[in-house]
Amino acid sequence: MPHFTGTDLVCFRGERTVFTDLDFALAPGDALVLRGPNGSGKSSLLRVMAGLSQPLAGTVTWDKEAIAEDPEAHNHRLHYIGHADPVKPVLTVTENLNFWISLRLEGGVDDAIKAALGRLGISHLADVPGRFLSAGQKRRVNLARIVAAPAPLWLLDEPHTALDQAAMDNLDDAIAGHRDGGGMVVMSSHAMAAPEDAQTIDLGHFQERAH
Amino acid sequence: MNGFLQIVRRDLHLAMRQGMDSLMVVAFFVIAVVLFPFGVGPESSILARIAPGVIWVAALLSSMLSLERLFQADYEDGSLELLALQPVALEITVMAKVTVHWLTTGLPLIVAAPLLAVLMNLPDDGFVPLMIALALGTPALSLIGTIGAALILGSRRGGILLSLLVLPLYIPVLIFGVSAVDAVIGGFSARPQLLILSGLLVAALPLCPWAGAAAVRQGIE
Repeated sequence: MPHFTGTDLVCFRGERTVFTDLDFALAPGDALVLRGPNGSGKSSLLRVMAGLSQPLAGTVTWDKEAIAEDPEAHNHRLHYIGHADPVKPVLTVTENLNFWISLRLEGGVDDAIKAALGRLGISHLADVPGRFLSAGQKRRVNLARIVAAPAPLWLLDEPHTALDQAAMDNLDDAIAGHRDGGGMVVMSSHAMAAPEDAQTIDLGHFQERAH
Repeated sequence: MNGFLQIVRRDLHLAMRQGMDSLMVVAFFVIAVVLFPFGVGPESSILARIAPGVIWVAALLSSMLSLERLFQADYEDGSLELLALQPVALEITVMAKVTVHWLTTGLPLIVAAPLLAVLMNLPDDGFVPLMIALALGTPALSLIGTIGAALILGSRRGGILLSLLVLPLYIPVLIFGVSAVDAVIGGFSARPQLLILSGLLVAALPLCPWAGAAAVRQGIE
């Protein structure tokens, strides 16, 4: 069974130590919630997990192999949602999704998109150009992207941003479904919305120590 | 390969929808060249003498004009970060971007060049070497420019910085591109110059996507 772990992680950004000696370990079906005030390093940690930035010390491993060894294999198994929702204003929702999903799926792209739009409750937006979408709708399109092409590891940075209650429920359902299928989720959140059985890392205490 | 084609297709699609960018590059190319007869006077022998140089310099500048947007739009809306996290090597992604840049700027420039050569009274012998030199040189310009476009990610005043970074690197292409045309007009063979241009292109082909990908990684970290 694959395990996703990090040991003795140190992250340094802009002449400031964000966190030190941070460890985490996830097994299939696990969820990890990152908590802490703004600027406490939740996004930094997620970016380290994704391989977008390198930790100053420590290693992140998948199945005992460091992710830096084979970044492409790591990309293959992860989905990342950052602060921005990459929805091109001149392409329709379907065209936007089609591009991202066809990078990962060989066939059945159209069906996957239809199913994902349905799960996020935005089937009616399929042919709407990106420029007419609200912030919440763009976020839902971005979430549809990760629902449509399965990958075992979801790294979600504040996924509830801009979502209304119904969409949050859809997202929670999607996360639950993903975990039932053996997927792992790491998400940062200050919202109360978090799976009850999730592990938690509070990044706030690193800040207090630094002062 | 699938990833490469998907990215090319998507970027061409975006370029078509946004339409104007590519046209503006060609319009800039035409206007820049048309300015010279006004500046140096309509003396046809002088125009014929400076024609290859003027066309090449205008081609360099117009190719550079659209470089700034090469990664910028994707950088701003988070797409670039996400492209770096797809199961496609970032070098391939960068190569796809270069290909689209050449298709949307280099190729239209090559098409527009003969008309401008007529306007500048380029001797008849010069047309074929000019076209061949542009066909070899403009892909090299797109490749070299990609490094600059990736290095300016996240900086303000990116456009000016880009020209300072990229224009000096364009000089070899300019020298051999112009001298290929001049050689044929002067009655010599353009073979050495064209071979050197091919050499530049072949060297840039693997090196520039690699360097560009490294710069993109730096830019999104």
